[in-house]
Amino acid sequence: MPFGQKRTGGGRGKKKNDKKGGDKAQGQRRTLFRRRKVCKFCADKIDDINYKDVKLIGPFVPERGKILPRRISGTCAMHQRKLQTAIKRARQIALIPYVTD
Amino acid sequence: MTTAVAERQYELVYILPPDTTETQAGELHEQIAGVVSRMHGVIEKTENWGRKKLAYDIGHYKEGVYVLEVINGGGELMKELDRRLKVIDQVVRHMIVRVDEEKKVVERTRSKRQSESERRRVKRGLPPQRQPGEARSMEQDDADDERFDGGEV
Repeated sequence: MPFGQKRTGGGRGKKKNDKKGGDKAQGQRRTLFRRRKVCKFCADKIDDINYKDVKLIGPFVPERGKILPRRISGTCAMHQRKLQTAIKRARQIALIPYVTD
Repeated sequence: MTTAVAERQYELVYILPPDTTETQAGELHEQIAGVVSRMHGVIEKTENWGRKKLAYDIGHYKEGVYVLEVINGGGELMKELDRRLKVIDQVVRHMIVRVDEEKKVVERTRSKRQSESERRRVKRGLPPQRQPGEARSMEQDDADDERFDGGEV
């Protein structure tokens, strides 16, 4: 392709408004509210996720004893990572169960 | 002989059987303190959390007495301490975690945020610290999941 020729854009930025069927949502009022998930630790400005703080960690360990995934809790990546280590440490010293059933 | 290695900070948590008396716990603490001081460490803080229910059974115990010790010292010391704690039958479970680095990071982010907010406030023509009567309370504890996605596209 010679240099003078006009360049058409590649694939990027072509489909601008196919995001979640944009006009459909505008036409009929969405009945479903999508909740915006906010990272609890960012919002409350909690820097230190400590394994000793069961009250803080508790809500992220549901009854079954598994770690609540990010897609549900909305925790940001960095804090989920810290939360993960905290939970694993808390499990080691029996503050939080490994499994419950 | 003191090495040039910078002092590290560790947290040691151990669990004793629920029927442990104060004096028994004290004896164990003395034992640990002996090892620590012999290897040029310092116990910064000792916390007894008292009897707590274990999240799962360890051995046949359902409860335990938790003790936390914050120790400044080298890695060799903690290795030795770890070895000894494994041997002592009285200790149901123990865990050693290095904390100095994380603490530093926390400190840094906190001070960064502080200075950043001060800078912004000054730019807006406000005094650097938040005034007591100012709006935006911090009582959003329970509300964090209830925020709806507004008119954002």
